[in-house]
Amino acid sequence: MNKQGVFSLEGDRSKYPQPGADGKPEIDLSSHKYMKMWQGPNHPGITGNMSVELTVCADEVVEAKTHVGYLHRGFEKLMERRKYIQNFPLVCRIAVPEPDYNELNYATAIEKLTGIEVPEKGLWLRTLVAEMARLQGYLMWLGGMAGAVGFGTVGQWSNYLRDLILDRFEELTGARIYHIYILPGGVRNDLPEGFADRMEANLKEIEGFMKDINRVLFNNYVYKKRTVGIGYIDPAWIYPYGIVGPNARAAGSKNDVRKDSPYVKYPELDFGVNTATDSDIYTRSVLRYNELLTDVDLIRQILSKMPKEGDFIAKLPNMMNLTIPAGETYVRSECTRGEYGYYMVSDGSGYPRRVNVRGPSYTHAVALLEKMLVNANIADVAQIMVSLHTYPPEIER
Amino acid sequence: MGTTKDILSPFLVWKQFFRKPVTIKEPLKRQGADRYRGFHINDIQECIGCGTCESICENQAIDLVAVAGIDTKSGDSGLRPKVDYGRCCWCALCVDVCTTGSLKLTNVFTWVDTDPDQFRYIPGVDAKPWDNATKGYKKAASLELYPLERIPMQHLHPEERHDSFIEIIKGFSKEEALREADRCVACGICTATCPAHMGIPEYIKAIREDNVEEGLRIMYETNPLPEICGRICTHKCETVCSVGHRGDPLSIRWLKRYLADQVPASAYASVLKSDSIEKNNRKVAIIGAGPAGLSAAYYLGMMGYQITVFEKLSAAGGMMRFGIPEYRLPYDQIDKDINYILSLGVEIKYGVSVGKDITLEQLEKEYDAVFAATGLHDGRSTRIPGTNHSGVYQSIELLRKITLGEPIEVAEKIVVIGGGNVAMDITRSLARMQRQKYGKVQLIATSLETEDIMPADREEVVEAREEGAIIYPGWGPREIIVENDRIKGLKVVQCLSVFDEQKRFSPKFDESNENFFEADMVVESIGQGANLSYIPASYFEQLEKDHRGRVLVDTLTFQTKLPWLFMGGDIIEGPDVIHGIANGHKAAKGIDQYLNANREEKQ
Ligand code: SF4
Ligand code: SF4
Ligand code: SF4
Repeated sequence: MNKQGVFSLEGDRSKYPQPGADGKPEIDLSSHKYMKMWQGPNHPGITGNMSVELTVCADEVVEAKTHVGYLHRGFEKLMERRKYIQNFPLVCRIAVPEPDYNELNYATAIEKLTGIEVPEKGLWLRTLVAEMARLQGYLMWLGGMAGAVGFGTVGQWSNYLRDLILDRFEELTGARIYHIYILPGGVRNDLPEGFADRMEANLKEIEGFMKDINRVLFNNYVYKKRTVGIGYIDPAWIYPYGIVGPNARAAGSKNDVRKDSPYVKYPELDFGVNTATDSDIYTRSVLRYNELLTDVDLIRQILSKMPKEGDFIAKLPNMMNLTIPAGETYVRSECTRGEYGYYMVSDGSGYPRRVNVRGPSYTHAVALLEKMLVNANIADVAQIMVSLHTYPPEIER
Repeated sequence: MGTTKDILSPFLVWKQFFRKPVTIKEPLKRQGADRYRGFHINDIQECIGCGTCESICENQAIDLVAVAGIDTKSGDSGLRPKVDYGRCCWCALCVDVCTTGSLKLTNVFTWVDTDPDQFRYIPGVDAKPWDNATKGYKKAASLELYPLERIPMQHLHPEERHDSFIEIIKGFSKEEALREADRCVACGICTATCPAHMGIPEYIKAIREDNVEEGLRIMYETNPLPEICGRICTHKCETVCSVGHRGDPLSIRWLKRYLADQVPASAYASVLKSDSIEKNNRKVAIIGAGPAGLSAAYYLGMMGYQITVFEKLSAAGGMMRFGIPEYRLPYDQIDKDINYILSLGVEIKYGVSVGKDITLEQLEKEYDAVFAATGLHDGRSTRIPGTNHSGVYQSIELLRKITLGEPIEVAEKIVVIGGGNVAMDITRSLARMQRQKYGKVQLIATSLETEDIMPADREEVVEAREEGAIIYPGWGPREIIVENDRIKGLKVVQCLSVFDEQKRFSPKFDESNENFFEADMVVESIGQGANLSYIPASYFEQLEKDHRGRVLVDTLTFQTKLPWLFMGGDIIEGPDVIHGIANGHKAAKGIDQYLNANREEKQ
C-alpha cells in the first residue's frame, strides 16, 4: 500500500489483528490494544462538518469510519416541494464553496427537458463562472492543504487570493458565495464595465503568489516529507470506488468531463488535461496547483474570446408556471473535485419529482477515505483527508 | 527529495515580509459592489401589492401586509411586501419577478441591531438608512421570468370584413391559448377589479392544465354568459393586469372565450351539474332578458326557483343582441349561452311588455319576488336644431332594427354623433351597409372628446377607420342644417374641454372655429336613458333615489325599499354587460336570502 516505503508502520502486520472473513480485523476494545479517536466534527484538521471515527492501535489507524449528518438540510427532498425556479436559491447551497456547478447542472437539466436554449453569450458567461469557481475552489483547497501540514501562512495568502476572485464574483453576480447567477436560459447579468481589466490584475497577482507558493510549499523539504508517498491511491480503485477529478488524474486517469463530454464553451478553449502517476498527496497537490495555473490561462482565454455583445439570457416562458414533461436526464460537469452530476426526473408537474446530486465528495470522503486511512499514521489523517478535497455539504444533500 | 534546494527554497519568499496587510480594517464600512444583493427597497407608490414577489420567494420571507395610508383600489391590493430577514437569503428572485419593477435590493449589507423585530420590515414604509441608496441589484433589462408580449389574436383583415357582418376575431388556437395563459402570474389583481369577481387566475390555470371543463365550471361560478363576455366584455380586468405594468396585459377576455368555445353546448349540463338541481316551488319574475336578468335567472334557476322572464322584444339578450353588432358578437354564440340558461327550466315570455301587457302589481301578486333589469333603451338626443327631422336617427333604434332584420335607411353620406362604443357600433355597421349598397363608405363620426379621452375602446376606433369611417374627435354639434326638407349636414364647433376641474361634464367650445360635415342622414349616439314608466307612481314614490333621480338599491342584495322588488343592470350600475351579470348574481343571492327569511318567518 505504501508505495515508496516512507511510511514505516506498514511492514510488520503480525502485532496487529489479522483480517477476518470479511477482510476487516476483529477489534476487541476490551483488549486495551485499541483506542477510539474522533477526528472532527470540531477539529481544525477536518474538511468541514463531518468527522472520522478512528480506531487506532498505538499511532496507527486500524479502522476508519466517516460520520456525516452534522449538516443535513434535506435539499434533494426540499426540491421536490419547490417550483423549478425556486430551487436556484437551494442548489447553490449544496456545495457551499462551489455553488456554480450546482446552478449550471440544475439549469442545464431544466434546459434539456424543456428545450430552452442558451444564447452564445450566456454560454460564455457560464464558462467564465465555472472557471472562476474552479480557481477560487483550488485556492481555498490550497490553504487547507498547507494548513493541514502546518503552513498557515500559505493559507492566509491563498485566502486573500480567493477573496480577490470573490470580489469579481460579487461585482458580476451580486454575491460573494451564493451567486444564484445561472438561471434556465442563461445568466442573470452581463459583465460589468471594466471587469476584464480588474480580473487581469487579479490573475497577475495570483500568478505572482503562485511562484512563492511553489517555492515555499512544493519545494519544501518538510512538505515533501509529510506528503510524498503518503495517501496513495491505487489506479485499480478508480472505477470500483468511483474516483474522479484530480484524485483520479493524479493516479494516471485522463478523465475530465470538460474534455470527455464537452459542455458550455470548453470545445472552443485551448487547454490540456493535467495528469500524473505517483498518486500520493504530493502528486495530487502539485496536480491541483497546475490546474490552478491552467485556470488562470482559461479565464484569460474566456475573457478574450467572449463576444462583447449579444443576449446572455433566452426569452423564457413563465418560470412561475413552468411544468416539465415527464422525463429524466443526467447532466454532468467537471468541478474542482471531478465529475459533478445532477440526475433529474420530472413527472409532468411544476415540481421536480426527484433530483439526485452526484457529488465526488460522497465517494471520496466515505468509501475511499475509509479505505485509505487504514494503516495510516494518526498524524497523517488530516492531510490525507484534505488531499482528497471533499466538501461535507455536498455529501449531505 | 531532501535536497538542499528543498531546504533553501522556502526562504526565497522573504519579500512577502514587506507586503502591506490586505485585511479590511473596517468591515462595517466596506461598500458592496454596484449590483450587490443587499437590503430591500421598494417604491411604494409604484408597487401595486400584487404579491408576485411573495409567491416566488422560496423562503417565505415575504408577507403582503396592509399599510396605513395605502388604500385598496382598482389595480392595487393596498398591501405591501414585508420582508423577514430571519428567512431571506437575498436571492433577489423577488426583484426579478416584480411586476411593476418597484422592488430592488441595495448594495448595503451590514446592519447591526439588538432588537430582532427590526429585521422584519416593510421596505419603503419603515424608514431605513439605505432608503436612498442608488446602487444595488436591479433586474437586467433582458431578463424576464415571464413573457411580456401578448400572443397576437388572429382576426379578419379590413378588406375581408368591411362589407359583411361576419365575426372579426378568430379566437385562440389551443397552442396560442396555452402560451397566453402561461403569462399569468396568478396575482388575482384582476379578480378584485372584475365587477363579477371572476376567478380569472383560476380559469387561466385550467387552460394551462388543458382542463377546459374545469375552466368552464370556474367561469360559471360568477358568470353565466362566458361566450358573450369572452367576446365583448369591457375587460376592466385587463386594464389592471399586473403583467401590463411592464408589458402587455393578459388577453383575459380572449382566454375566457377560448374556454367557452372549447366546451360543446351538449356537455354543459353534465359539466356544470345542472342535471341534478333540486327544484322548489317558489316563483320569481324577472323583467328584461338582458345580462342582468339572465344572470339572475341562471343563479336562481340553479337554486331551484321557478323563473319567468318577461321580455318586451322577440328574442332574449337585451343590448347584447340588439345593441352589439354581429361582427363583434355572433347571434349563435348569444344563443349558446342563453339556451343553456333556458335548459335549467327558465321560461321567457317574449313580446310581453310589463306595464302594458301585464302590470307590476300583477307580478307582485303572482310571484314571490320580482327582479327588474330593464336596461337603457331610450336614446338620448343632442336636442340641437334639426334633430326632429325624419333623417335623424337614434343609434340604438337602428342597431335594434339591424338585429331584427328590419330595413333601415342607409344614406350615401352619414354623420354619427358620439364617441362611445355604441357610436362605434353604429358607425361600423352603417359603414358596412354603405359599402354593400354604394361600394364605398362616406361616413363621419364625430365626438366631443378628443381622441385621447374618447370613451370608445381604442381598437374600436382603429378598426372603424380601417373599415373606411372617418373619425373627427373634439367637435361639438351645433346644428343639423336642413334645406328644402333635406339634410345638408352637421355644423360643429371645436370643443376645447369636456369636463371641468371637478371632473363634471361641462364642455367648453371655441365658437369661432366652425366646421361642417356634409350628410344626408345623421345618427345620434350620445347615450341612452332608462324608461321606468312600468313602475306605478305609487310604487315609484316609495323607492329611494339619489339627487339625479336614479333609483338606489342595497348594494349587496339589490333590494329596493319595496322588499319584494329587486332592481339591477344598467338602470342601477354600469352601463355594461359585466356589471349587469354581477348585479344579477348578487340580486339572485339577495332574493334567495329574502325568500328564505320570509319562509322562516311564516313557519
Ligand atoms: S431576496 Fe429571495 S429570499 Fe429574500 S425576500 Fe426576495 S425572494 Fe425571498
Ligand atoms: S411583485 Fe412588485 S409590485 Fe408586486 S407586490 Fe411585490 S413589490 Fe409590489
Ligand atoms: S390575469 Fe393578470 S392580473 Fe389577473 S392574475 Fe393573471 S397576471 Fe394577475
